[in-house]
Amino acid sequence: MQRIIALTARRTSFYFAIAFFVFVCAFPFYWMLITSFKANSDLYNVTNIPFWFTEAPTLEHFRYLFEQTLFGRWLLNSFTIGVCVVAITVVTAVPAGYSLARMTGRSGEALGIGIFLTYLVPPSLLFLPLSRIVADLGLQNSMWSLVLVYPTFTIPFCTWLSMGFFKAMPPEIEEAAIVDGCSLFGAFIRMTIPLSLPAILTVVIFTFTLTLQEFVYALTFVSSSSQKPVTLGVATDLIRGDVFYWGELMAGALIASIPVAIAYNIFLDRFISGITGGAVK
Amino acid sequence: MVAIAEPIAKPASRFRFLFDRREVLGSFLMAPAILYVLLLVGLPFLLAVYYSVSAYTLYNPTWRFVGLENFEQIVQNPVFLRTLGNTFLFTFASNFLGLVMGKFGAFLLLQPFPGRKIVRALVILPWAVPIALATIAWEWIFDSLYSVINWTLIAAGIVTRPDAPNWLGSPSLAMLCIIIINAWRFFPFAIVIFLAGITAVPQDVIDAATVDGAGFWRKNYQIIVPMILPIVAIGLIFGIVFTFTDLSIVFLLTNGGPAGATSVLGFEGFQVGIASGDVSHGAAISLFMLPVLLIVVIGMLRFIRQREI
Repeated sequence: MQRIIALTARRTSFYFAIAFFVFVCAFPFYWMLITSFKANSDLYNVTNIPFWFTEAPTLEHFRYLFEQTLFGRWLLNSFTIGVCVVAITVVTAVPAGYSLARMTGRSGEALGIGIFLTYLVPPSLLFLPLSRIVADLGLQNSMWSLVLVYPTFTIPFCTWLSMGFFKAMPPEIEEAAIVDGCSLFGAFIRMTIPLSLPAILTVVIFTFTLTLQEFVYALTFVSSSSQKPVTLGVATDLIRGDVFYWGELMAGALIASIPVAIAYNIFLDRFISGITGGAVK
Repeated sequence: MVAIAEPIAKPASRFRFLFDRREVLGSFLMAPAILYVLLLVGLPFLLAVYYSVSAYTLYNPTWRFVGLENFEQIVQNPVFLRTLGNTFLFTFASNFLGLVMGKFGAFLLLQPFPGRKIVRALVILPWAVPIALATIAWEWIFDSLYSVINWTLIAAGIVTRPDAPNWLGSPSLAMLCIIIINAWRFFPFAIVIFLAGITAVPQDVIDAATVDGAGFWRKNYQIIVPMILPIVAIGLIFGIVFTFTDLSIVFLLTNGGPAGATSVLGFEGFQVGIASGDVSHGAAISLFMLPVLLIVVIGMLRFIRQREI
């Protein structure tokens, strides 16, 4: 009997702890969700219970967001930026990762660590000189400046990520292709690339999410509303002076968050093996 | 001479011949990435260093060299010293909190239970979602009038509406808020890192320890923790570097206020360098991050290497 009580107590405290963690993590998103569907009169009435709807839920905020603001445009901008940065990153970082993984000896290792360190150079150190470079190229206040600048962190990150994958791929595969008459370059194109499609997909997904998450460069380089990516647009354009459009803010944040959240959950394991695999081997 | 000795070859096949040399192909594949990084990270970095020792401002773009004058002026400024202190507090408090919660969360998620996948998906959210958007949600949670936390406290009878805390309006509470948000954002990453480390520990090591009579704590702190330290170190590098240089949380949530209480290095560099256009001082402020980052990164990388050998 006592054992059963002890077991139940342990189970209960375990689930209690799990519930606590889920609550801490998910509450802000629940809060986004419920705020975005609440009518303003419900939202700004402190006597109402805030955790649920006192008045009927409404789509008013979403309608406002798409009809009265540039939200649709921001989504499109983010998508365009993401696609271009992905293209630049894949054609540069994947070959570089392969090359680093196959490099033997000290120079390869040093270059690998160099790439890793580049990823750690923070935007808050580089935004000043980069804003000058962007201005000199005539790209200030344009989303193309972000297409130019975002690869500075996606290339190191994805080189590092793909290096981890290529290290795990046995070089014998290419050697077999060479024995069968392929050139070295041919072996890379015909054997390695098709076999590493899952790795390339991971690179694509994480490059895209990194561009969606970025805020500092966008804030520094882009100030006209029609050129903003969605993260910047939601965070800065839906606040007029001291007036916060909370319903619209939360609706916008929610829509922009969903794709990233899904992508991370699907590709999490690859992400982790990528960032730790390159270093701890 | 070499050209004569070689059999007559079409230019295309000579090109191919070059590609069949491993080191040529290697550098060819690596060149675009390296060039991009050199041009848009290396060059700007040198430019930042030069800005910091010049008198460059947006309104008077001169390259006049002023030596370490900018740094001297900054160090004598009490506002800057406070910013530096804030940055350290913000970084270490939030990473410590994140790490402790991460270890605990990983311990929970390691046990099998129904719905574990869904729980993991929910727990990852704070780290996956763009921090600028999550910060907006927190700003709403900490709102001075409609804060849901205050509503709960009032409804529970803990405080009355007139003395409900003004989260972002009081210096120490605002600092607490940005620490909590950053720890909240970082700890799911810590959980994932811990989980990756723990699952990589070979089961036979743990079995051997059990046979030798190691209990729960002993297994945890004398076997598992030392074995996963390299992976944790990688996670911490990311955590410390990105927190120490972050400016988006502070920019969106408190704008450095109230009265500079939450100003951090990245934010101050932005305010001075971009918002006020004093590029040289902004660059000098940002460069203060560099020694700290170098010490952290080099220290950790050395630590990882020693472990490997």
